[in-house]
Amino acid sequence: MSGTRLRALSVATVVTLITGYALAAFVAPMDADQGFIQKIFYLHVPMAIVALCGFIFAGLCAIAHLRTDDAKWDLRAYVAIHISIILGVGVLLTGAIWAKASWGHYWVWDEPTLVSFLIIFLLYATYTPLRFSIEDRDKQARYASVFAITAGAFVPLNFLAVRAATSLVHPRTLSSADNLPGAMRTAFLVCLLGMTLLYVLLWQYEIAHKTTVAQLRALKRRLAGDEGLRPRRSAAPELQVR
Amino acid sequence: MSAAPPPPPSTRAVVGALLRKELRLELRTPQVIPAMALFSISTLVVFHFSLQADTVEGALAAGVLTVTLLFSAILGVNRLFVADHEEGGFDGFLLAPVDRTAMLVAKALALGAFLVVLELIAVPAFAFMLLEPGLTGTMLGQTVATLALADVAIAVVGTLVGALAIQTRARDLIVPLIALPLLLPAIIGTAKLLAPTFAAAGAEALPGRWLAIVGLYDLVFGLLAYAVFDFLLED
Amino acid sequence: MLLAASNVLPDNAGYVAAAYLVFLALLLIYVGIMAYKLINVQRDVAEITELAERRLDTDAADPAGTHDREGTPA
Repeated sequence: MSGTRLRALSVATVVTLITGYALAAFVAPMDADQGFIQKIFYLHVPMAIVALCGFIFAGLCAIAHLRTDDAKWDLRAYVAIHISIILGVGVLLTGAIWAKASWGHYWVWDEPTLVSFLIIFLLYATYTPLRFSIEDRDKQARYASVFAITAGAFVPLNFLAVRAATSLVHPRTLSSADNLPGAMRTAFLVCLLGMTLLYVLLWQYEIAHKTTVAQLRALKRRLAGDEGLRPRRSAAPELQVR
Repeated sequence: MSAAPPPPPSTRAVVGALLRKELRLELRTPQVIPAMALFSISTLVVFHFSLQADTVEGALAAGVLTVTLLFSAILGVNRLFVADHEEGGFDGFLLAPVDRTAMLVAKALALGAFLVVLELIAVPAFAFMLLEPGLTGTMLGQTVATLALADVAIAVVGTLVGALAIQTRARDLIVPLIALPLLLPAIIGTAKLLAPTFAAAGAEALPGRWLAIVGLYDLVFGLLAYAVFDFLLED
Repeated sequence: MLLAASNVLPDNAGYVAAAYLVFLALLLIYVGIMAYKLINVQRDVAEITELAERRLDTDAADPAGTHDREGTPA
């Protein structure tokens, strides 16, 4: 993405996020059951939705990679999973805080969203060690793509299973994004949009960075030969730049 | 004039040949099945001591059996591709003009067969050692049905993860790390199906919803594994 | 309007603040890591500029090509 568009995206992200959270703080009414704690909902649920969509998007990029054998798609999948994992950490932490505030415990098994997220996080946390332990670049990229596709297919199944398994004793407050009254719904949607823009923005930044580093390495190789390069083993996909 | 080359063998014939090879290897030098069986019995003993329970029933019994079978299965998955990788079996297979997913099917069937033998040993052991309610016909039937679905899940996912891990340097570590979260929906379903089966008052009906979920899981991952396995075998 | 109306924030406002601070912290850590990576990129660019200038100097010093880059005489 070019510099000007990246800048425009950054501005749009900041504006949307600030608007969203201002709406959540000042315009959206106080929730009847949970009171002020419910405001966490405007942060936690968009993060969760965007992280999950990110994982599925990574699976789609991985399919494109296996079909076209173009390293660009592998890079996109890698970065998508990377950022989704960071958001996943945020989901788990904010979820724990919410759980402590609502029910007095930092972890509750009754929230299917949180439990599903823990499982998904445990799975995707193996992505980078898996990449790191395969030395051949092509094989690494291919196996990582197989993993990303399998894990992407796993995400909806996991949600289904955990949701079905969780007892209905406690109402599912975190995941009930459906019956929201007007002002709450607007605030929520703006926050969701802002979080999506943030994800796209961070994704673009990381891809730009990695592409730049690949170009710099190629330049160095042309100027100084292979001795000029610092040897590196990394889990990140390596782009071949002419 | 030279004769036309013989047509390549059908996939079914290939799968059959590979499966026979796997079973014959295991029969000749039994390694995997005795290890899994012994491990499962040791695990049952560990459960007795760590739960401090003489007998278990209901949800607890379902959990004990599910965990025991799962962890013993992981042992089997770890060994599934080792012989091929070390002895060069992959290369030989790749040179043959056959459909590569035949290896997936054959390995999954072999792993499934090993799991069935494991369960023939572990489930009676579990019933004698730890299970509170006596073994009835309904209970047995329901257990068989549940474990059949679970075995498909473990066989498919185990083969996929085993193939993924065999090329890495830390394969024994990677397999449980990836396989356990991936199998969780099937584990949840298995436990939910076994819990009413092992109820103290006698086996209750199987919840249909969980049969559907585990069945769906088997279908989705079966198709997925079939689609991606090719990419794991390219060199 | 709602916050202005109740002049005192409820007691469990601390939890909400903590959650939003977690989000902010994650963002700032990310920005910090990107800044560190940017420093590395700038260092690489400096190295490459130096290598390129060295190249141009050796070219300028011998336009007839009596040496090639590896230093063996033509």
